[in-house]
Amino acid sequence: MASRVEILNEGGYRSDGRRQFELRTIDIDLSQQGHADGAAVITHGLAHVMVSVFGPREAKMRSQTIHDRANINVEVAVAAFSTGDRRKRSRGDKRILEFAATIKSTFEPVIQTSLYPRSQIDIFVQVIQQDGGLLQACINGTTLALMNAGIPMLDFVCAVNGGVHSTSPLLDLTLLEENDVPNLTIAVMPKTRKVSLVTMETRLHVDRFEEIFRLATEAGLAIHGEMKGAILGRSKSLMGSIELGSQQRSGNTAADAMDDDD
Amino acid sequence: MISFTSFPSRFAESSYDSTRHHPNVKDDLMDLDEYEDFAAQGSLNKLTCPGESLTSSQAYMRGHGTYVDNEEVIASVAGTIERVNKLVSVRAIRSRYNPEVGDLVVGRITEVQPRRWKVDANSRQDAVLMLSSVNLPGGVQRRKLESDELQMRGFFEEGDLLVAEVQAFFSDGAMSLHTRSLKYGKLRNGQLVTVPPILVRRLKSHFLTLPCGVDLILGLNGYIWVSKHVKTNEQEGEEGFDAEAVYSNVNDDIDDSTRNAISRVTHIIRVLTSHFVPLTDVLLLEAYEWTVEHESTAKDLLQQEFGDALVASIAPSQ
Repeated sequence: MASRVEILNEGGYRSDGRRQFELRTIDIDLSQQGHADGAAVITHGLAHVMVSVFGPREAKMRSQTIHDRANINVEVAVAAFSTGDRRKRSRGDKRILEFAATIKSTFEPVIQTSLYPRSQIDIFVQVIQQDGGLLQACINGTTLALMNAGIPMLDFVCAVNGGVHSTSPLLDLTLLEENDVPNLTIAVMPKTRKVSLVTMETRLHVDRFEEIFRLATEAGLAIHGEMKGAILGRSKSLMGSIELGSQQRSGNTAADAMDDDD
Repeated sequence: MISFTSFPSRFAESSYDSTRHHPNVKDDLMDLDEYEDFAAQGSLNKLTCPGESLTSSQAYMRGHGTYVDNEEVIASVAGTIERVNKLVSVRAIRSRYNPEVGDLVVGRITEVQPRRWKVDANSRQDAVLMLSSVNLPGGVQRRKLESDELQMRGFFEEGDLLVAEVQAFFSDGAMSLHTRSLKYGKLRNGQLVTVPPILVRRLKSHFLTLPCGVDLILGLNGYIWVSKHVKTNEQEGEEGFDAEAVYSNVNDDIDDSTRNAISRVTHIIRVLTSHFVPLTDVLLLEAYEWTVEHESTAKDLLQQEFGDALVASIAPSQ
């Protein structure tokens, strides 16, 4: 079958030139987006997702308030141009609603919602480009956006997907691989190594599950390093400019005080 | 055949300045969680992020931005570690406004309810302004009548901006405001700018008057009101509390130079905010002088290079 792309060739390389356990490059942008309280743009290879977080703020609908904790509202929008075949999905699409519910249930136990009674936290996920690992990019992006918004969380949530090609496990699948290979997505909290999400839409042999589960958990820790570096880097640059501004002020006010005496 | 090389980084500024290691090699930032170090290190500007354990919960008490798990105090937000004696807390760099009693805030009415207004003040919930905590026409001290309740929209309507002080908190953490001072009340003759609350520091006075004929109200919630200067003797005195003027919805006549000055000040605030520089009266004044010196029009400030030059001139080492 010459026309078919090999998932894993004899040399141990995948269709995009990666090895079995190699992850795609991750790019993280945490800069301010519009008037969102926190935002993040994350790319896993060619998968490209933008997440904005608003809140905690007053709920738009009074019926949505919960008296002892914050309500989390996740909305996912998939851009029509994000896939190969241009297709417009409506907001009421069942698949997208389920997807949003998955993200919500992943973050509900991690966000310290009890600190914000009667408030609402809005998470808006915008999928800009898809190339496999959609859920993983959305979850990682949401983690970063929530942290950027200063919302208290127990830990990072780092998601990664994996699959098994005949007997060899693969990590961080592209769309091509995702279509061909039984795969699952795992979200792990690195501190406790608790897993807050495991989903699988395909069928995987039970004997293979443990191996890929273990590998994906480890890959989650590697992604955690990247995300932590980005968050700390962002914090550092912001603190740097705050300090510079404050230094300037303290110097000036001293001069001002002397002027006042005259 | 077509071949791909690795893709270049899309975000130049997000490239990490640290050296990259294999995951098995520990970066030096991982050493943050040693208890011995914690006692020795100053509380100054140590950065942390969620899930990072800070210290033992037996030796220290947990403050805001932390939680206790497994006898460890663990950070729950990304920000700076602060320590006061045995209390450890983490202050998030960007977050919503955390109100404290006595803070001056600028807010916008979102809803009129029986005997109260709901006010959006950039906090986690809408603030409450009770009818009993505003000044009513005909004397500062008098009982609220039913007729006052019926004409609440005459005082504040949905969408009105006001300056107020945080009076108290409700049991669920929502704040209650009051405008029982002649300094407080409805805002007009100006423009609102929104900045992250951390960039507004506590000052001796949050009512600033710049010499260019512009009044500034720096709300601690990050809402800043920039308006035409009102002379103090024209402001309503204690005796002649003029309800019509205080609750008026009509702007005064604002001449072109004042309009120009107002928009220039708002642009300066936006530029400083985009560079995350904390706002002070001195800084704003300096920036204003700089823009006038460079003979720029107010709209020039919106250009990236011009804004960068401005920030570079007032915070030199940036």
